[in-house]
Amino acid sequence: MKARTFRRHVRESFKSLGRNGWMTFASVSAVTVTLLLVGVFFVIMMNLNKVATTIEEDVEIRVHVDVAANDKDKEVLQQQINRVSGIKSVTYSPKEKELENLIESLGEEGEAFQLFEQDNPLNDVYVVKTKNPTDTMKVAQQIEKLNYVATVKYGQGKVEQLFNFIKISRNVGLVLIIGLLFTAMFLISNTIKITIMARKREIEIMRLVGATNGFIRWPFFLEGLWLGILGAVVPIAVVSAAYFYAYDFLNAKLKDHFIKLLEFNPFVYQLSAILIIMGAAIGIWGSLMSVRKFLKV
Amino acid sequence: MIDMQDVYKTYPNGIVAASGINVHIDAGEFLYVVGPSGAGKSTFIKMMYREVKPSKGSIIINGVDLAKLKNSKVPLLRRNIGVVFQDFKLLNTLSVYENVAFAMEVIEESPQYIKKRVMETLELVGLKHKARALPTELSGGEQQRVAIARSIVNAPKVVIADEPTGNLDPDTSWEIMNIFEEINMRGTTIVMATHNKEIVNTIKHRVIAIENGRIARDEMKGEYGYES
Repeated sequence: MKARTFRRHVRESFKSLGRNGWMTFASVSAVTVTLLLVGVFFVIMMNLNKVATTIEEDVEIRVHVDVAANDKDKEVLQQQINRVSGIKSVTYSPKEKELENLIESLGEEGEAFQLFEQDNPLNDVYVVKTKNPTDTMKVAQQIEKLNYVATVKYGQGKVEQLFNFIKISRNVGLVLIIGLLFTAMFLISNTIKITIMARKREIEIMRLVGATNGFIRWPFFLEGLWLGILGAVVPIAVVSAAYFYAYDFLNAKLKDHFIKLLEFNPFVYQLSAILIIMGAAIGIWGSLMSVRKFLKV
Repeated sequence: MIDMQDVYKTYPNGIVAASGINVHIDAGEFLYVVGPSGAGKSTFIKMMYREVKPSKGSIIINGVDLAKLKNSKVPLLRRNIGVVFQDFKLLNTLSVYENVAFAMEVIEESPQYIKKRVMETLELVGLKHKARALPTELSGGEQQRVAIARSIVNAPKVVIADEPTGNLDPDTSWEIMNIFEEINMRGTTIVMATHNKEIVNTIKHRVIAIENGRIARDEMKGEYGYES
């Protein structure tokens, strides 16, 4: 294709947006509404995912070492724990440190426990983190079988429930996003189809004067692209602005819970890119699918 | 120039629109295609620009057999054939100039040449002064002149017209016929399906009458031959 022909297609695609004003408006609105939904949902899902990941990463296995174990036994135990598959880190925490932590965590009431400094009843502990938090239960079970392990604690029962909840939320989110995308594609392609139906005559005439299918497709392809991009502008602006305020507001509220939302930068830029690409892809797909019908000779 | 041999066309619904048509049309000829409604005139015309593919037989135009022509090559064929319709088939959102220029943009001509050639053609059909107007601002006759300009702007060897005066009043019809005569005088072959008895009987040319998908008559300087 000659460069001037490409320029013609670009020019024509823009002119066509203006000529078919109302149809353009309808298509852009359809893209806007659906991308707005996708955008809002995406923000919620990504942040929930981030919260879930933070919580997951907080899960640790505390291996209490039997009081009968001497230094050599402990060393062997640590080596054995390290050998269990799926281990990310193993940190040794002697019983003195454990007591210190306990006293500190209880505040004023903890002072009573200072008496135990002479005769510490606590166990030495190995704090184990797994590479994949969902492996926690499996790893804990394996560690439990090792020699000189008194008890293994990882919040039994609660962790399973938490992981289950997170897993279900993620799956539901994924299904909803996919469902929303399909709805968006259906809605947008239908709107574009109607706009192109109205231009059946234009395509018929193009074919009559000897335009190749490629020549006919190009302006529609570009028009779909512009429709998609135009349709993404409002959702990006709205979602970014809303996130800007929500980020400050919610982060302040969540500060005490060690939960943080995704940083405005780069998250909003990534989201904008995703929305633009989605809009463009849906616009192009919709217009090419619709024009295809009329190109059969 | 145009050679149809044993051409048959049966539509999927069983209607037989062409049944053993044999016609030879020389370069520079002016041919009327007449016949009752539903006799197969439109199919005859449509097969010439490959809107309809024959079921059997061969249609050779400028050395190309349309029956064997691949779909992807149809646009190339149409660039060498001008087509004019009863309902003009203009794009109402484009100006007169743009409607005509469109046929040249499709074949990627240079903008300078397009401008020159479109203005020349509009002058030929007497519409140079209305180049910027929209089709909706023109009379029926003027719209048909735009359609004719579009059909000849690429200097095709053949112009096919399907009832070009069907929507026009008698005076305008004569004006349109004068333009076709002018185009024919310049050497372009014209194939015109028409119901206009007066025109066929006054401006004498070869007449082919189609009835039930067959050629019932083929006369040089023929008559319309039906009650209109």
